[in-house]
Amino acid sequence: MAQIGYSKEVMEHFMNPRNVGVIENPDGYGKVGNPVCGDLMEIFITVKEDKIDDIKFRTFGCGSAIAVSSMVTEMARGKTLDEAMLITRKDVADQLGGLPPQKMHCSNLGADALHAAIKNYWVKIGKIKPEEAGEEIHEGEEGESCGT
Amino acid sequence: MCGIYLDYQSASPVDPRVAEFAGRFLSSDYGNPSSLHSRGLAAKAALEEARSKVAELINAESPETILFTSGVTEANNLAIRGAALRNAAKGKKLLASQIEHISVLNPHKDLKKGGFDLNLVPVDGMGIIDLAALESLLSKETVLTSVMYANSEIGTVQPIKEVSDLVHEKGQFLHVDGAAAAGKIPIDVQKDGIDLLTLSSNDLYGPQGAGALYIKPGLRIQPVIFGGGQEKGLRPGTEDLYALAGFGEAARIAKLEKAEESERLQAIRDGLIKEILKIEESYLTGHPMQRLPHHTSFRFSRIEGESILLTMDAMFNIQVSTGSACSSRTLEPSHVLLAIGLKHEQAHGSMIITLGKKNNADQIPAIANATKKTVERLRALSPL
Repeated sequence: MAQIGYSKEVMEHFMNPRNVGVIENPDGYGKVGNPVCGDLMEIFITVKEDKIDDIKFRTFGCGSAIAVSSMVTEMARGKTLDEAMLITRKDVADQLGGLPPQKMHCSNLGADALHAAIKNYWVKIGKIKPEEAGEEIHEGEEGESCGT
Repeated sequence: MCGIYLDYQSASPVDPRVAEFAGRFLSSDYGNPSSLHSRGLAAKAALEEARSKVAELINAESPETILFTSGVTEANNLAIRGAALRNAAKGKKLLASQIEHISVLNPHKDLKKGGFDLNLVPVDGMGIIDLAALESLLSKETVLTSVMYANSEIGTVQPIKEVSDLVHEKGQFLHVDGAAAAGKIPIDVQKDGIDLLTLSSNDLYGPQGAGALYIKPGLRIQPVIFGGGQEKGLRPGTEDLYALAGFGEAARIAKLEKAEESERLQAIRDGLIKEILKIEESYLTGHPMQRLPHHTSFRFSRIEGESILLTMDAMFNIQVSTGSACSSRTLEPSHVLLAIGLKHEQAHGSMIITLGKKNNADQIPAIANATKKTVERLRALSPL
């Protein structure tokens, strides 16, 4: 039978999101998405001994966007930065018991936000150049395609 | 499944009186209205009784003006394709308001691909059709103009008589989608000057899977599906006797009770609007006065509608609707909310409440409180 609605895990993370909030003076900060498209995520990290020590997020978006953000923060906490860079969108979706197909693109930005936060930290400590960090903030324009 | 249901427009319970009336056609009084034996004749009589009841709800000239369909989507397709193609000799121009239901817009767009000229008529910030724009777009070649009686997303009721006068002065035929309005506000196809009107059974507390198209006497249309001779050959296929008998009974009850029920729902609606607008950065969408009595709709800044719907449901067992893109299959923002001038990010934060028989004024504080808590919860999560 086709999956109907969101999985139990998605609803659990949506209703009880982990690691919500802001870290003042974070070591790394990543922001992805676009309110025009209905999804915007930001992730704050602190780093200790090359590992993610603390991590928080805030998200504007649908149920899956919030669940994905919560899940990715849980997955990343305590991991080395290199390990955390290997977390993919698909890993997050799998951990959540899957996402509806139309949500896989637009609302599955958690891994992107995490990677952006890590690259932001690497730029700060001089490990990579700013241009290697890629586009941190995607400021979309109205009328731009938000779909899959 | 208790809780508070506020999504009557998406699905309404069948009135128990309707279920009792129509239930017998499921397993005991079965028959095909086209059969000539006694069961067939009884089925035919039940079908014609239903037709009379639906005709009376909208003050149609006669029961013969009513064609039964499987619902509003089919009725809108039949009205638009059927009338435009049959009368194309008069002209190949089409008009529709920007905020028509998708089952109206898409048949129009399909006709455009087939060589018709289509223009969409704008609406103002409250969703009222721009009559001056309509007048300037109309010409004798405008074979069909579609303007809905009332909008299901923002509740706005259109000045149909004025629209009708313009269409008949400058153009040809007027098609009105009456699904959201029927049974809530009076519709009189003769006084309103409507050529084609579509109706839904479930919006009247009748069974799902039944709808109707009113066709003004003298107006010719052609079928969009082909088969036997049922419904004058314009909508072939064996009739769903249970659904249609139920539709008829629902229409009869709606005609008797709608004035009182609408007044009752309007008082609840106004109480909800007053309470919910106390929430910071909350706004009513649609017209505050020219509005369906059971309908209210809002938008909230900095949060997203699907999250509103899910939180209201999971945390408070209250079922609402939203025009948010994220809740739609296409992920497109609501064309209605964009047409009334909302920006994309504003259109995402919408919540729609449609009231019905099981709602009462005692529920207002609980609904308002749940809405407030939901908005606060999501704003605390939001980076905006």
